[in-house]
Amino acid sequence: MSGQTMIEKILARGAGKKEVKPGDLVSVKVDLSLGNDITAPVAIKEFERLGLDRVFDPEKVVLVPDHFTPNRDIAAAEQALLVRRFAEKYGIRHYFEIGRMGIEHALLPEQGLVLPGQIIIGADSHTCTYGALGAFATGVGSTDLAAAMAIGEAWFKVPSTMRFIYEGELPPWVDGKDLILYTIGQIGVEGARYKAMAFCGPVIEKLPMDGRLTMANMAIEAGGKCGYMEPDAVTFSYLEGRTAQPYEPVYGDADAVYEQTLTFDVSRMEPQVAFPPAPDNTHPVSEAAGIKIDQVVIGSCTNGRLEDLRRAAAILKGRRVHPRVRLIIIPATQRIYRQAMAEGLMDIFVEAEAAISTPTCGPCLGGHMGILARGEKALATTNRNFVGRMGHPESEIFLCNPAVAAASAIAGEIVHPEEVMA
Amino acid sequence: MILEGKVWLFGDNVDTDAIIPARYLSATDPEELAAHCMEDINPDFAASVQAGDLLVAGSNFGCGSSREHAPLALKGAGVSCVIAKSFARIFYRNAINIGLPILECEAELSRILAPGELLRVDLSAGMIIRLSDGSRYQAAPFPTFMQEIIQQGGLIEYVRHRLKR
Repeated sequence: MSGQTMIEKILARGAGKKEVKPGDLVSVKVDLSLGNDITAPVAIKEFERLGLDRVFDPEKVVLVPDHFTPNRDIAAAEQALLVRRFAEKYGIRHYFEIGRMGIEHALLPEQGLVLPGQIIIGADSHTCTYGALGAFATGVGSTDLAAAMAIGEAWFKVPSTMRFIYEGELPPWVDGKDLILYTIGQIGVEGARYKAMAFCGPVIEKLPMDGRLTMANMAIEAGGKCGYMEPDAVTFSYLEGRTAQPYEPVYGDADAVYEQTLTFDVSRMEPQVAFPPAPDNTHPVSEAAGIKIDQVVIGSCTNGRLEDLRRAAAILKGRRVHPRVRLIIIPATQRIYRQAMAEGLMDIFVEAEAAISTPTCGPCLGGHMGILARGEKALATTNRNFVGRMGHPESEIFLCNPAVAAASAIAGEIVHPEEVMA
Repeated sequence: MILEGKVWLFGDNVDTDAIIPARYLSATDPEELAAHCMEDINPDFAASVQAGDLLVAGSNFGCGSSREHAPLALKGAGVSCVIAKSFARIFYRNAINIGLPILECEAELSRILAPGELLRVDLSAGMIIRLSDGSRYQAAPFPTFMQEIIQQGGLIEYVRHRLKR
């Protein structure tokens, strides 16, 4: 018998089986289920149809109002209120209120709620982010969340796994965002549909947790069920001081079967830019040079972490945002916000004439805090550039890493960070 | 169950932002959502779609976000079934979970069919029949476990049964 991948082993353990293979349908015990102010209301409606007086395990439910919050309008306020009341009624301790919250996929790892070997579902497609810590984590719908809150289980088809090996040395200004954009560009928006994406190789071993989270976050943009890095020294040092809970890391067998292995040499990679209207429309930044932009957004569950803000600040320091451009910076959590203040990054941003927002998904999904008008172009460190995603259906979104975003905000058009730093 | 209806055609990679733009996600009522269904990629759809119409698309239908509002909007619009070459996985499970009929069919129906033509669909047999010329297309069968969810009327009913056991 051949070996199993990390994902197969985690799902086997969750299903109480010795082994599973791709294609098997399994019902697994869920360690954590997550909802937000958009998806939880639908889940709550479904959950209440069951007439239960308790959730399966209140410790295993996490609720984060982050999409249209701080409430953008009355309708959003009503949704947030519904979630807040549900959390109170069912004793959900991991409910994160405004002022304590963050964008869910930045917040949960930061709070030590995500552990290696866990099975995590979230009624949010970017739940796949947590694979960066060696968990099986995947996005589901609201009804799945309702069911998990009721019975603590979810059903899955065991995915086959595609392996991506990154070799060489990362050039300056190239980071995790570029690796994942490049990868999606290579395989397409459905290249990993229904599959697990294993990210490995010498480049990944050296990649800090922020970059790993960014990569796993966008597995869904290739259609992936999950993306992951096996736990290692970087993982364990990230977890230090964040959790007192015991956990059991899971590793793929040496003879695990991967459906496909792709190897990329990154040594000559340029920063990548995904052109509209899909994240697989990626080009080296040199091909985007000169595209004039109206708005730049640095933030989101993809790139709103401290390392991202530091990269942006290194470029913005002592410079000014182009007069024609609006730069919006959104630290992903309160803790990141405070740390950015302590490090002086906020001063740099304000002096550069950027607008700083409280944590929110906001403009990433065209919710609020930076909606585009007809014909406007945005450059964003977010994850999707579909038609109408950030506002008017005739606006356009280009995706990139935080350094390219910051440099381009100064130039008023898409540029390689080198050009601003020269 | 046998369905018969008029076809609406869509291409590949129809994402959930296209099916229901995020700006409308403060609503959860299917009919409210239906009023804005597909509005950024086909502004006529929401106003013209009729109960019982079928939606035929290419590959990776429903990619992008996990919003269940997408299949809810289609259901609210009266779409009786979505037929696609393939579905993005979260949309697929959402549709099964809420009881929106979907069929995965390898044939390039979104390229073969004309908008507005009539199809007959035998859901349990997974058979799609083009009424203009009688040509038949077989959809992929559902695994037994999913058939159970479908038969019980969605995931919540399935869970209700389990809790009773």
